[in-house]
Amino acid sequence: MRLLVDALIVLLILTNLRLVASSHLAACIYVVALQGLVLGLLPLLVGTDPLTLRACVLSGLTMVLKGIIFPWLLLRALRAVQVRKEMEPLVGYTTSLLVGAVLLALAMWFGRRLPLPVSEASPLMVPLALFTIMIGLFAIVSRRKALTQVLGYLVMENGIYAFGLTFAREEPLLVELGTLLDIFMAVFVMGITIFHISREFDHIDTDRLSLLKD
Amino acid sequence: MNTPSLILPFLALILSPLLVGIVNRTKAFFAGRTGQPLFQLYFDLAKLLRKGAVYSKTTSWIFRAGPVVQLAAAITALFVLPWGGASAPFHFNGDLILLAYLMGLMRFFTVLAALDTGSAFEGMGASREVQFSALAEPALLVGLAAAAHAGHDHIAPPLGNFQGALSLSGIYSSLSMDAWLSSGPALLMVAGALFVVFLAENSRIPFDDPNTHLELTMIHEVMILDHGGPDLAMILYGASLKMWLLGSLTAGLIVPVRTGNAWLDASAVFAGLCFLALLTGVVESTMARLRLLRVPQLLVSAGFLSTLALILLLWR
Amino acid sequence: MLAVLILIPVLAGAAGFLLRSNGIRRGVLLLAAASHGGLTLSMWIRRPGPLFGGWLLLDAQGLLFLTVTSILFLATSLYAVGYLRQEVWGERQDFEEGFLFSNAREAVFTGCLLFFLAMMTLVTVSQHFGLLWVAVEATTLASAPLIYFHRHRRSLEATWKYILICSVGIALALLGTFFLSVACSLGREGHTPMLLTNLIGEGRLVNLPWLKAAFLFLLVGYGTKMGLAPMHTWLPDAHSEAPSVISALLSGALLNCAFLAVLRMQQVCAAAGEGPFGRKMLLLFGFASMTVAALFIVRQGDFKRMLAYSSVEHMGILSLAVGIGGGAGFGAMLHAVNHSLTKGMLFLVAGNILAAYKTKSTTEVQGVLRVLPISGVLWVAGFLAIAGSPPFGLFLSELIILKTAMDQGHIWMATGYLALLSVVFIGLATIMLRMAQGVPVLRPGGRASAPEELSTVENPHVESLLAVAPPLALGALVLILGLYLPAGLQNVLEEAARAITG
Repeated sequence: MRLLVDALIVLLILTNLRLVASSHLAACIYVVALQGLVLGLLPLLVGTDPLTLRACVLSGLTMVLKGIIFPWLLLRALRAVQVRKEMEPLVGYTTSLLVGAVLLALAMWFGRRLPLPVSEASPLMVPLALFTIMIGLFAIVSRRKALTQVLGYLVMENGIYAFGLTFAREEPLLVELGTLLDIFMAVFVMGITIFHISREFDHIDTDRLSLLKD
Repeated sequence: MNTPSLILPFLALILSPLLVGIVNRTKAFFAGRTGQPLFQLYFDLAKLLRKGAVYSKTTSWIFRAGPVVQLAAAITALFVLPWGGASAPFHFNGDLILLAYLMGLMRFFTVLAALDTGSAFEGMGASREVQFSALAEPALLVGLAAAAHAGHDHIAPPLGNFQGALSLSGIYSSLSMDAWLSSGPALLMVAGALFVVFLAENSRIPFDDPNTHLELTMIHEVMILDHGGPDLAMILYGASLKMWLLGSLTAGLIVPVRTGNAWLDASAVFAGLCFLALLTGVVESTMARLRLLRVPQLLVSAGFLSTLALILLLWR
Repeated sequence: MLAVLILIPVLAGAAGFLLRSNGIRRGVLLLAAASHGGLTLSMWIRRPGPLFGGWLLLDAQGLLFLTVTSILFLATSLYAVGYLRQEVWGERQDFEEGFLFSNAREAVFTGCLLFFLAMMTLVTVSQHFGLLWVAVEATTLASAPLIYFHRHRRSLEATWKYILICSVGIALALLGTFFLSVACSLGREGHTPMLLTNLIGEGRLVNLPWLKAAFLFLLVGYGTKMGLAPMHTWLPDAHSEAPSVISALLSGALLNCAFLAVLRMQQVCAAAGEGPFGRKMLLLFGFASMTVAALFIVRQGDFKRMLAYSSVEHMGILSLAVGIGGGAGFGAMLHAVNHSLTKGMLFLVAGNILAAYKTKSTTEVQGVLRVLPISGVLWVAGFLAIAGSPPFGLFLSELIILKTAMDQGHIWMATGYLALLSVVFIGLATIMLRMAQGVPVLRPGGRASAPEELSTVENPHVESLLAVAPPLALGALVLILGLYLPAGLQNVLEEAARAITG
């Protein structure tokens, strides 16, 4: 079991890396979808008595939302805006990989220093969560396309979810569901906004959205 | 030092051109051609050795020394290379650094010989070769360090002193099935990284096309354009030995058969090597060459995989 | 009671989406606003008990902010009915850049407006930190379509920045919420729900490093929503591009909701004995916000942006006041109420000015007093109020904060606070008074570039009742609060101040 959780965590780390190393927006969306699916598996594996109804509901919902519905929404937006690639990101891909390595080291370092409650889950969960959050933030600040920024937001949210999975397991199901609903609405609204942006501006480069300034 | 470990390097000297043959047959199969015979490289070598060499007037002794040093370094490296569980004739702490540096020496002299010709194309190839191998080397060394760590935790007590843990033979003899069961994800990443290094260092397709004749895109082949006859034979043979070297490192990792019987272990690794050659052929047939700009990215990813594996293992 | 309070706008919002007739929909909007207001006022007489095991509970702070939200919403919905009547369906010309655009459908506008109210209500009554997060994020999502009511490029850009920056910020707050959960469960068996009362009751049992981390993340997260510098960047854009009705709500009600979330965390921090740490952080962000706002208000060229920066400034003052602690807590509560009402009034008046002059430029608008007599008077009164002059309520609250700072011996802090306030005063005075006076030059609607196209208009416009009555009422409230604090309000303010500063 431990090995399986470790393998999934490694897979999650690698999906993060793939996200910052890829220029194809569609590929990035698939990577985030994969991440959502793997993340959805985790509630079943971590925890003392894994197969509670709560874990199953959460797992199923996460997989459906993050693995299927979000990617579908984003792919639709992608088709509508007719942009295929993230050209010339603010930080290049090779550099992004190196930044990723540094962030991973940072996450590991932090994860080791934090005073943590004893967790039955893998000790890698906290570094993974921190790393995912940082990669998400990095994607938001280092990419130009609005769509990639939404992906960064999703990845960041995934990281927070992974953190919550490890320690805030007592969080009531209602709150978890509310959180998922909010994120769903956020992605939905962002998708629509991206569609409008591409129609109004003929591009979705957020750094070129500079009409409003002082 | 026992008999098998003495004989195995010499077997490698004989068998290594076969790997190139396997790769080429696989590619021919995918392309629907009959393809070269399996032993084509042996025939080529024999033919080249019978020929004389022509040297440009602008070249110096470095140009002639290049192939010799290269081959010598490759053969030396064979003597610290373990075949899976079977240990090498020579092993001592830190011999993995020696291996890495012998390969560095090979590259250094190939590059020097290429630069010695004064040709612009060869200089370009040399610069690319150096750039890419500078990125591939950390991936290799860190990957081996991770493998050492994975094995060290499961080494049998008699061998389990620190002495054995930092030599290639020590590392590889301890990489048994247990190591895979306890740290599978990490070892898988190391294997992935080593395979990428294997492809890059042997100028295989996502990095370089061994068959291309367009100088602008070539890396390794362009550097040896001016060599001919026995020199070329030495270079080709040296390249096949290098493939054997890196291949064994990868195959020794992915075939965790450690029976204790050196012959059995060695044949398992040889099977692994053949599989690796097959895989290379498949990769070459199904993938396109990467744009040169994307090559560093893949190599850095390999380095990242190695590092991640090491971190994972250190974490436990 | 509380459930009904949330359900009214939810149901009305759903009706708003479904109804086809504009007239009925506006009626529903007004009805919902009025019944929400009435129900809220009834809670001043008898506070409803806890609901769902204490998840929903109206405490003093909640009651204050709920009331402000409700009053503002009533005023803005009255104004919105008049506004929607003007904004007929169809393409129109943008007065800044001259292109054609249309509005979002009125059903979307009304529906989202009501959902927005529902979510803000939920924020004020939720006692569980997870639920609080869900509600705050929901306010962002419900208000995004409102900002994009005028479907053109600038509002779209503002909407995008608003959604992305706020969502990312609030995601950090979610992380902070999880940290808080770790802080509470570390080294202890069993589980206590993350209700405010539980957390305060457990006080010193929580793990301090995690608590501090949680505080920082929640402060940065909700601070983004609240418009604290340097996370305020979305705020001027959103406030200037949204319809003025929405700007009034964003500034007067939404920022307060985020502030309430920060307050709740500060309460937990104080209960755990880390009050000074939290106060220090609040002071830092408060000063940063005031400074940034003061710098941007001076010579601001867009009067709605000016008002937006003024909101940043006042959020800074609130944060500063809580940071000072002691008696300033009372000042902070009073200030929050006063600021919301004043800012609501000012944005509504700004909407009137914008409708008459078709420009947001502070240099092109002149002579408001002559063109729009009532709005002009309100604009000047609003200037006096927002800049903190007597006899308006903000003077009182700013004075209390200053006095507490002096009493506690923070002379430098008091000096800096006064200096920033005077910079803002001068900045606002130059812009707002110049706009009010002078000879009016009106654009004939649409864009006008050459001066000869501009016609000088001397005779005043007729101002509709719906456009001036709501800001007038809000202004009157601020004036009353400056002159006389009713005993009931005083009690609630004191109770709230005790809760947040101990």
